[in-house]
Amino acid sequence: MTFYDELRRYDGFDFASFFASVTDADIARIINKERLSREDFLALLSPRAASHLEAMARRASELTVRHFGKAVLLFTPLYLANHCTNQCVYCGFNTKNALERRKLTLEEVEAEAVEIAKSGLKHILILTGDDRKQTPVSYIAECSKVLKKHFTSIAVEVYALTQDEYAELAAVGVDGMTMFQEVYNEEIYAELHPKGPKRVYRNRLEAPERAAAAGIRQITTGTLLGLNDWRTEAFFTGVHTDYLQHAYPDVEVAISPPRMRPHLGGFPPKVIVSDADMVQYILAFRLFMPRGGVTLSTRENAKLRDNLLGLGVTKMSAGVCTQVGGRASGQEDPGQFEISDERSVAEMAEMLYSRGYQPVFKDWQYL
Amino acid sequence: MSDKLIIGGVTLPSRLFLGSGKYSSNTLIPAIVEASGAGVITVAVRRVDPEAGQENILTHIPKTCILMPNTSGARNAAEAVRIARLARAAGCGDWIKIEVISDNRYLLPDNQETIEATRILAAEGFTVLPYMSPDLMAAKRMAEAGAAAIMPLGAPIGTNRGFRTKELVRIMIEELELPVIVDAGIGRPSEACECMEMGAAAVLVNTAVASASDPVAMGRAFGQAVAAGRAAFLAGPGAVQESAKASSPLTGFLHE
Repeated sequence: MTFYDELRRYDGFDFASFFASVTDADIARIINKERLSREDFLALLSPRAASHLEAMARRASELTVRHFGKAVLLFTPLYLANHCTNQCVYCGFNTKNALERRKLTLEEVEAEAVEIAKSGLKHILILTGDDRKQTPVSYIAECSKVLKKHFTSIAVEVYALTQDEYAELAAVGVDGMTMFQEVYNEEIYAELHPKGPKRVYRNRLEAPERAAAAGIRQITTGTLLGLNDWRTEAFFTGVHTDYLQHAYPDVEVAISPPRMRPHLGGFPPKVIVSDADMVQYILAFRLFMPRGGVTLSTRENAKLRDNLLGLGVTKMSAGVCTQVGGRASGQEDPGQFEISDERSVAEMAEMLYSRGYQPVFKDWQYL
Repeated sequence: MSDKLIIGGVTLPSRLFLGSGKYSSNTLIPAIVEASGAGVITVAVRRVDPEAGQENILTHIPKTCILMPNTSGARNAAEAVRIARLARAAGCGDWIKIEVISDNRYLLPDNQETIEATRILAAEGFTVLPYMSPDLMAAKRMAEAGAAAIMPLGAPIGTNRGFRTKELVRIMIEELELPVIVDAGIGRPSEACECMEMGAAAVLVNTAVASASDPVAMGRAFGQAVAAGRAAFLAGPGAVQESAKASSPLTGFLHE
């Protein structure tokens, strides 16, 4: 039994009828519940719940302060390579895109690490494209060993690995992983991933639980908002974290709700997800999973990111660069996507303090 | 007669213990410690960054307080032991609050692993304060393993739900020789006061202070509540009567 089997239980579920049946009284009752069921979570994602955002926000804010405090963890991504063998239609690293492909040498990783560490950050997220030949697990492990000297937490956002491979990374000090399913709808998934290893839906879907079984401690999942109806996608993302938390109680689960951004290749979003929609998603998730993390990337602009503080966000990226080796070299190639909030770590920290939040630079210790 | 709490050979200035997480800024900590008079403050080793200069939480802990590092993030005894040793090596002293949690939904402690960690660390000379689910037998084993005090939870951590485990903690206070410190879940000063009236040796709070609109004022309120509760305990409150005493007793004629 894996999450794939769990998802299949929703085959044929009539979301439209369910949403149509949700009443204002249901929403009011659910907001005040101690523990929400999956159906409650779905009700909070309904169009009806959209007129209750203020009440949901008050509850979400209270739960977030209670469980995470007035504190937000800061981290930054480091792109190790942009070699890829996939043709995900929405991504700048698509093999069809004319883009200079490169990967960092271990010396370059060290140089980037030194540059990032100057900001005081201790949590880093490393990324590669999906290319097992150019960036094998052994390469990711070697890079992690270099980074370990500068950071106390390393998370990976790479292609789907086997359990043994995740264990190999955990052994060299990787404690977190992020895996975007992109879209939980299997048919749309097939359509958007025409070529490459990422085509295998189930292999990707089950990657987070393989990582958990291998001893990875913090797991972030998510859907790329804009690829399908956001309400059902948000629901399945929440159900995925609920599944993981139940199966692996010692794992710290989180979601990230990225919206599509302009990128090389220019695939337009299928669905426009508004600010209010995204807020509804974050609030519903906070009420459903009071201790679940919510990561907000620099795909969103500074003003929106600042306003989302306190509604449930627990981690934010800062000083972001989506180019391979962009920090030490100052190169300006097209990255994986355009970033929208270009503030440095110091500027983000200052913004957090000014809004009554503590920027947390370190919340993990490698043993 | 002096009424000082002594743990691990150290006489504490107060019976209020504080947490250090969740504040909007670490710079608030000295003012909260001062206002509350807290004697001990716990810090998660995972948050300590000796290289961080002013951002390092340890630079904000007043010298008037005993620093009690905790093993937040540990899932078993072995991890708790490694974190404790790391804390000692980093100059955080010999006190350690053992926190072993492998359930991230409710953050309930694992008593079995906590007993094991207590045994190892007490043997290494640490002053061990285990955080635990209130259970008399488990607490006795922690005492045998060398704990300096026992810290049962009042309600699940971070919930502000109040003193929900009252009956179990009451029995622990009656039966254990060691100080019993109610840790976690206490949301209001009145609840901290109630713990103290019952005979708890101390109370540890974090979320209740950190999530208040004015954490410094709330810290002060907790300090006062803990002192009042202790004073009431020492004063020996009169027994609670089930019903009012009739001024004309029904059996008065027997004494005529």
